[in-house]
Amino acid sequence: MRIAPFAISAILTGGLVFALNKQWGAIPPMGKFLSPQQGFWQNAEPASKSFDAELKFPDLKGKAEVYFDERLVPHVFAEKDEDLYFIQGYLHAKFRLFQIDLQTKAAAGRASEIAGPKAINFDKEQRRLGMVYAAENAMKEIEKDEQSKALFTAYTNGINAYISSMKEADMPIEYKLLNIKPEKWSNLRTALLLKMMAKMLSSGTESDLAMTNAKAMFLPDELKKLYPQVPDSLVPIVPKGTAFDQPGIKPIPPATADSIYFSRKDIAMAREIDKPDPGNGSNNWVVAGSKTQSGVPILCNDPHLELSLPSIWYEMQLVTPTSNVYGVSLPGSPFVIIGFNDSIAWGVTNSQRDVKDYYEIKFKDKSKKEYWFNGAWTPTTQRVEEIKVKGGTTVFDTVSYTIFGPVMYDDSFQGAMNEGKGRNLAVRWTAHDPSNEGMAVYRLNRAKNYDEYVNAIKDFTCPGQNFVFASKSGDIAIWQQGRFPARWDRQGLYVMPGEDSSYMWQGFIPQPENPHAKNPERGFLQSANQRPADSTYPYFIPGSYITPRGITIENRLAAMSGITVNDMMALHGNYFNTLAEDARTVLLKYTKEGELNTNEKKYLELFRNWDLQASADSKGQTIYSLWRFALEDTIWGDDFAGLPNKEDWPETQTLFEYMLRDSAMKFADDIRTPAKETLYDMVTAAFKKAASQLSEREKTGLEWYRFNQPGVYHIMDKSKKDLLPFARAGLHVGGWGDIVNAIKGSHGPSWRMIVQMSSPTEAYGVYPGGQSGNPGSRFYDNYLDQWAEGKYNKLWFMRDGDRTDKNVKWVMKFKGE
Amino acid sequence: MKFLTAIVLTALLSFISGLFLPWWGVAIVALAIAAMIHQKPGKAFLSGFLGVFLLWAGLAWWIDMKNNSVLSHKVAALLPLGGNSFAIIAVTGFIGGLVGGLAALSGSFLRASKTN
Repeated sequence: MRIAPFAISAILTGGLVFALNKQWGAIPPMGKFLSPQQGFWQNAEPASKSFDAELKFPDLKGKAEVYFDERLVPHVFAEKDEDLYFIQGYLHAKFRLFQIDLQTKAAAGRASEIAGPKAINFDKEQRRLGMVYAAENAMKEIEKDEQSKALFTAYTNGINAYISSMKEADMPIEYKLLNIKPEKWSNLRTALLLKMMAKMLSSGTESDLAMTNAKAMFLPDELKKLYPQVPDSLVPIVPKGTAFDQPGIKPIPPATADSIYFSRKDIAMAREIDKPDPGNGSNNWVVAGSKTQSGVPILCNDPHLELSLPSIWYEMQLVTPTSNVYGVSLPGSPFVIIGFNDSIAWGVTNSQRDVKDYYEIKFKDKSKKEYWFNGAWTPTTQRVEEIKVKGGTTVFDTVSYTIFGPVMYDDSFQGAMNEGKGRNLAVRWTAHDPSNEGMAVYRLNRAKNYDEYVNAIKDFTCPGQNFVFASKSGDIAIWQQGRFPARWDRQGLYVMPGEDSSYMWQGFIPQPENPHAKNPERGFLQSANQRPADSTYPYFIPGSYITPRGITIENRLAAMSGITVNDMMALHGNYFNTLAEDARTVLLKYTKEGELNTNEKKYLELFRNWDLQASADSKGQTIYSLWRFALEDTIWGDDFAGLPNKEDWPETQTLFEYMLRDSAMKFADDIRTPAKETLYDMVTAAFKKAASQLSEREKTGLEWYRFNQPGVYHIMDKSKKDLLPFARAGLHVGGWGDIVNAIKGSHGPSWRMIVQMSSPTEAYGVYPGGQSGNPGSRFYDNYLDQWAEGKYNKLWFMRDGDRTDKNVKWVMKFKGE
Repeated sequence: MKFLTAIVLTALLSFISGLFLPWWGVAIVALAIAAMIHQKPGKAFLSGFLGVFLLWAGLAWWIDMKNNSVLSHKVAALLPLGGNSFAIIAVTGFIGGLVGGLAALSGSFLRASKTN
């Protein structure tokens, strides 16, 4: 009688299999995960893996080949445009599937499906910002035009061809860890990815909610000093002295602006949960042949973004009989975003312009079905958002759409503010407007000269970008391109009344009036997220501009001649702290040295003799940084008690310019004490505070990298601690957001590119990652050390005749049926 | 002889099952082999355990060697096994072995319950 033992052992076996096939919290199903034939071991790519393949897909119209070089950069040769983008989609999926799936789910407000209940408010905010609505509008534009529809659809088909042909064992390791499966691609998802970029670059560049609160605390002339539109030290993108045309549109402020807008003192009572980093900046510049050793232009770009593994960029070359372009693509969308072709090179930086405003809505009742507009109750359009939650119940959220846009904040959602009187704020954002940025990039990929470049980008709407340009024929240029509202003075800095049309945007700045420059006498152009033009530009153009990097680059380029590629590499890696150069004078001036002890004096001497380099081992940069943080706390902490988020406080640049201008600066006084403090008191107190922090850290070292903590983390690890084995933390590099080499924590130069317009083109590039998104591949992070050392890869601009060249390591052949 | 045959057959057929079935195919294989090749429960467990252990640990070791331990270091740090590649190979073998062993034990009892 062995039935009982059989039953017991069978139940045990079944129970064990069940337990090992199930996800337990963050622990993956261990049986499935450890199985060498299906689990994570299948992602351990042999170092000698061959990427050779012969593939057949019925969607292909002709033949195509992909030649991989030793860095796993694909050089795609296709006979037809559609096939080119089909293959681009296929390769993006093959090497970066998890990343594009995760990013578009997050963009669509579906993060809770992966992360569970903790992401519900993030998802609500995404939906309420109208991310899906924006993507739908973009998709309508994409599919309106026959050529555009065909290209985007080919790209989508390429991604899906890979997903369909993929075995479960080949799924990226992240899916196995999370125990989920990838989802099919669509043109909408491409649109969502582009809207993710639009949010990243044009949603955090306004501070309307915070500024509305600031307006309740300060007088109008105080606000102008605390948040100046044109910094004293500005070096604009369009060289100073450039004459601007008479404005084509002159917006008129409403009659009630003074009485009910500027003077109203009420609190916004809402706050963004996921506000994009306003430091999402970048550098680009171009020097004309007159300034280079080779006599031809050199173009440089380094877009600064949140760094991640896998990287946001994927390097590739795309060739058809009529086009040939090399650069970095954005997995999840077709085309080459930053790069060069046979005739031109281009790069982008963010415009930092404010293209998003809030309007206060008055609803008739709680149903939010009608709102008061131009003297009548007007119906809203309501979208019921369904948010599915991993390990939780589905959440429904109703969003009301008005003539301005979606009502983002109302009594059922106040963002990061839990309490509030529930003001209803509708958001007006240019990313909602119909546009097709993709096709602008498609045309740019094929542009042959200045006119074609201008023509290619002129419909690029959002996010506004500074497109720097160089051509083989010797032209250099820059355009700040986007669709920007024409505002009356201070329109949209604060939440605006939304009960009638009088506060709506009256139009857009005509495209030809966007700030631009071509072939200046001085032989160079640059942009680094600063205000594009000086105060003579005839429009009111708020934004979250960053001034110091532009000054450093301008000063260096102006001083250089006979420029070589090596000089440009050095400028990418430049650590000079321009802001600190001015700040040091001011700080030392207001320090009461007599009140310092020996230890404090030691730090002061280090600071006084600092070479102003924010390099990895710099101690001066550490002293400066701690001092300035302490100073901002001391100066603003009392006056801004009602605005506790420090990112809403005045810019550091503004503080130092203020101190330089006005030694009796009124904000120096701590209003919480009866005594009347001066700048001398505050600067000294701040230094003492910084010195005590420095003493505490003295044991572990005062080198700047220990404080800046540069690192690149896995794309789904927002906590920067859950997936450290997939990350590269503790890098030995310097930098900061206002330094040219703008490495700030996990943020910084996401791609460095230098293109010399010689024949043949000489190009260099590097990004902090690798071509493969697979942590089990030797191509996962193989550029990272190079990037940290400021070294570059020489980019191989492959020619048709190079198909048998020794640089070709693997060949993937594609055929239709 | 039976013991060795059972181990080899379990490993071999488990490998084949892995090409077509989900990971728990090893349980079916181990159970079936133990039911066909009759051994005492203790020996059956051990042969099922060793059959799958050797297959899983062996495959993992082979994959790891070709991969220069790039991924095993990372996953072993994540699990957490201190980033030790050998530890994760051993755990892989052990988990597979445990499933194989228990399934083989059931198979042995199944055979026994039939013949008795």
